[in-house]
Amino acid sequence: MKLADTFTRGLWSNNAIFKLVLGMCPTLAVTTTAQNGLGMGLATTSVLLCSNMAISALRHLIPAKVRIPAFIVIIATFVSVAQLVMEAYAFELYQALGIFIPLIVVNCLILGRAEAFASRQPLLQSAADGAGMGLGFTLALVMLGAIRELLGSGQVFGMPVPGLNTHPMLLMILPPGAFLALGFLLAAINGLKNRE
Amino acid sequence: MREGLRFVLVLTLITALSGLVLATTERCTRVPIAEQHARQQRKALRAVLPAVDNTPKDDSVTLTDASGKEGSPQKTTYYRGRQQGRIVGVAFQIVAENGYGGPIRMMVGVAPDGSLLGVAILHQSETPGLGNRIEEPSFRRQFIGKGLSGYRWSVRKDGGDFDQLSGATISSRAVVAGLAEGLKKYRDHAKAILSSSGAKP
Repeated sequence: MKLADTFTRGLWSNNAIFKLVLGMCPTLAVTTTAQNGLGMGLATTSVLLCSNMAISALRHLIPAKVRIPAFIVIIATFVSVAQLVMEAYAFELYQALGIFIPLIVVNCLILGRAEAFASRQPLLQSAADGAGMGLGFTLALVMLGAIRELLGSGQVFGMPVPGLNTHPMLLMILPPGAFLALGFLLAAINGLKNRE
Repeated sequence: MREGLRFVLVLTLITALSGLVLATTERCTRVPIAEQHARQQRKALRAVLPAVDNTPKDDSVTLTDASGKEGSPQKTTYYRGRQQGRIVGVAFQIVAENGYGGPIRMMVGVAPDGSLLGVAILHQSETPGLGNRIEEPSFRRQFIGKGLSGYRWSVRKDGGDFDQLSGATISSRAVVAGLAEGLKKYRDHAKAILSSSGAKP
């Protein structure tokens, strides 16, 4: 398969949120603003890219029977690296995302890609898959965050939208709003696809 | 047996590599992280103290809390702001445990007479749009100039003297209770804080 195909598969046609519906915990929890969605998405992308490449490079060395502990150690390492780097250079975002940064370790999207793709494919393919899947995840989180922020606080990326910011629908930035927004978004995307 | 040995070797190799990567990253980010925390503290100190001509960060006393809570005794560091040698405000961190989304860490500034000079929220995980409005100046302003005596330190809903945020009573309660506890701590230690000359951190 061509690298570009692998990339676009991850980005859209096989999107982590809209198609695979993987990694729901950070998706629902941190998308109260578009900014948080973007930060969480990019942090996950960097971890996914690095772990996919490392696991692909080591795939002939790791025996099948101990692959899960090996994958988890590799993923946890990159998550800790991402956490330290964010604390050092993006302190505000680090504080906003809080506990959800270390929890990237248990995002099943990352272990899922390691198991289903990186442990069987060459390095460049795995890198393309990691980048595509990660950016697809980011795209979904930013869309969800923007919708919830727009309806729930009348802003987009922190900028007030006239007309909407006087009586925002608070529900949308509370936990139920995450489920509602995701449900309608999934329905809209599937509806559009079915009409094609 | 040989297979088992291979598992051990591979996992050891991977964990060793992981350790190396982590140690290197930690080394490179240690200084910037310390700077970020120092910057946050400097900003908070400036926000809660009046104009001072010393460096409160280097003029501090650390005292053991007298509160009867269980567990190991907690310590609080009090930073003193001076003008021409005279103490004009004391800043210290307090933690309000009963926030809606977890503990709320605040920096408060207290005048030598025990009234509040300023409140800054250092860290909170309250609900965005509701509880996190405790960060807004309009909410924090109501505490300024008030001390323990003469005010009932609870929200109006509970018969106190302070406005709660609508839809965020729990967060407001936590802040008010945290501030009252902080003021009590200051009252209990005021003598030691104001008299001790030690400039040791």
